[in-house]
Amino acid sequence: MAYKKRSDGRKFDELRPIEAKLGVIARADGSAYFKIGNTEAYAAVYGPRDLYPRFLQNPEKGVLRCSYGMMAFAGSGDRVRPGPSRRSTEISTVTQRALSPVIDLDEFPNAVVDVYIQLSQTDAGSRCAGICAASMALADAGIVMKDMVAAVAVGKIDKTMIVDLDYEEEAFEGEVADIPIAIIPSSGEYTLLQMDGRIEKEDLMKALELGKEVCKKIVKIQRETIRENFKRSEK
Amino acid sequence: MNHSRKSHIIEYLNKDTRYDGRKLLEFRKFEFKQGIIKTAEGSAWVRLGDTEVIAGVKFELGQPYPDIPEEGTMMVNVELLPLSSPEFEPGPPGEWAVEVSRVVDRGIRESKVIDTRSLCVEKGKLVWNILIDICPINEAGNLLDVSGIAAYLALEDAKFPDREDDKVDYKKLTNKKLKLSGMPIPISVLKIGDKLIVDPIPEEESILDARLTVCTLNDKIISALQKGGGVPLNDKDISEMIDIAFKKAKEIRLKINKG
Amino acid sequence: MTKLMIKEREVVVPGDIIAEGMNYLPSTGTYRQGQHIMASRMGIMRLEGKVVKIIPLAGKYLPRRGDVIIGKIIDVNIMAWRVETNSAYSAMLSVKDGTSSFVRRGADLTRIYAIGDYIITKIINVTSQKLVDLTMRGPGLKKLDGGRIIKVTPTKVPRIIGKEGSMVVMIKSLTNCDIMVGQNGIVWIKGEPKDEILAVETIRKIEDESHVSGLTDKIKNFLESAKR
Repeated sequence: MAYKKRSDGRKFDELRPIEAKLGVIARADGSAYFKIGNTEAYAAVYGPRDLYPRFLQNPEKGVLRCSYGMMAFAGSGDRVRPGPSRRSTEISTVTQRALSPVIDLDEFPNAVVDVYIQLSQTDAGSRCAGICAASMALADAGIVMKDMVAAVAVGKIDKTMIVDLDYEEEAFEGEVADIPIAIIPSSGEYTLLQMDGRIEKEDLMKALELGKEVCKKIVKIQRETIRENFKRSEK
Repeated sequence: MNHSRKSHIIEYLNKDTRYDGRKLLEFRKFEFKQGIIKTAEGSAWVRLGDTEVIAGVKFELGQPYPDIPEEGTMMVNVELLPLSSPEFEPGPPGEWAVEVSRVVDRGIRESKVIDTRSLCVEKGKLVWNILIDICPINEAGNLLDVSGIAAYLALEDAKFPDREDDKVDYKKLTNKKLKLSGMPIPISVLKIGDKLIVDPIPEEESILDARLTVCTLNDKIISALQKGGGVPLNDKDISEMIDIAFKKAKEIRLKINKG
Repeated sequence: MTKLMIKEREVVVPGDIIAEGMNYLPSTGTYRQGQHIMASRMGIMRLEGKVVKIIPLAGKYLPRRGDVIIGKIIDVNIMAWRVETNSAYSAMLSVKDGTSSFVRRGADLTRIYAIGDYIITKIINVTSQKLVDLTMRGPGLKKLDGGRIIKVTPTKVPRIIGKEGSMVVMIKSLTNCDIMVGQNGIVWIKGEPKDEILAVETIRKIEDESHVSGLTDKIKNFLESAKR
């Protein structure tokens, strides 16, 4: 089964439409909304604040804690049972790893920065959308960070390299490799790298290169959204 | 909150005003949208002032209970997401989450606006179960009323998914909607000192003496009641609070019908 | 080649390249990466000679010795009060520093400050592990009776206070409210309801427009037209 044309008519290296907003949660210290196609993520940052239980505290610097969750109606099939699952726990962990390399919490020993990510609807790419929203929310909270983090899934369907897979593509009945990545744009380094599927090394490196290119587009949107948020208040 | 801050709020109420300049029985700005979540069979977004929630309806197929072989079921669940407020903590639902869920649930269930017999696919074998989940994005007061309104709006939006035998095809929604025979709307009336207010903000909620949530189905029928707060209420209070709830629910229904 | 990539007073986002070349010096909110000076915080870019810095637009309060803050009593024990400071760290107010009058050993400290009370207080010490000590000895330090508390973005407190207190003095006189602004972003306001509501609205406006030039005049016009 050759994959010649994407079901939604996109080019192979084309992202789905993105919509982003800053400061969407009034009582959070920082917050953002990031929607790509029909995958919609909210992120809220609380802190730096007191960290309990105490044994989790780090006397050297503050700790970043991430929590990823899906609203019960956000899955494409059955209702998602509320509360943590094996999947959500793993995504929380890789999200924390994707973000912490850019974060500097040296000034906040023993404290915690909590990042809560909630998906209100999903059509694949939800951990990446969550990371994109969280990175903007951290900037909105005034956290010291050396760069933003942009994330997207890249992959290979049949013999074709594509970016930003949707559910239908993930479920393609042939050879599929789904590779979510997150990138620090200024250094080009990866902070998230996972894969479902099968791929040869050469193709993987090509996919990563493609991912790096489209992440530039994502980070541009993240930055513009933050800037626009303040330009608006000038008027 | 301590005594001096409570008396400051009461000084306001005595001058017929609130911290945000509203009158005692005035709601904040109310907005809503339906059909916003592609993965749900019905959904609604509701905003009241700064409080903002999303409600989604999922349909599941299952076996009926043996004592009601011809009836499907419904359930309401409110998830107090730590994302929406610094006061909500991760973990299993606390008392407040359970109370909000149950009061919203009763308001809809007991009003009988959903004909549970219409959810029967095959007597004794297969029925539809309706699961309504409510997630606050912003918790800035009066979560109970907002949740109840969102639950109704999501139900109104809902369409049955397609099915093959006992398998649901969530990718295909049919045109069949739930038949709802009314619009149950919960209104919480708070008593602070000797004043009654509606649509509280968190500062007011933290010092309330008593609360009465009244879910009304129309201008006559009450479908759920829940008293909250540590101070008892007398007959006169209750009568007044119910009158207020009827009046405010009518206003909300009018706004919903206008769209 | 040395050049600025971003104009002064523009909003920057973490990771933005602010300047290229070695002629500029990185300061608060920036860092050097090779030939570049990069932003490490969301804020407004300021140039002081060759020094590039960021005035942050958001961020939690970090307790500093000498700051006057508004805190909330959250616990009372035998010899001290624990005070919430709107930061990642709570603070300690000992009996010795809490009051100038004599307190008998074992006396009920809640008679002086009870849980839930707000106080305007001064930070006298912050350790490297962020243990914070407070005092009530000093001019203007006291318990705040009545009124309401609002939270503002701590990085915007200097704008709300204004040069030598000019902004807050103006709001106080044009709204007839008593107002105290803590360095930690807690503001206490007390007045007649309609005045207090106007004061809150004014402070929110300053927060939203903190990075706009000519703010004092703008706020003055706003208050005067609101009074009319």
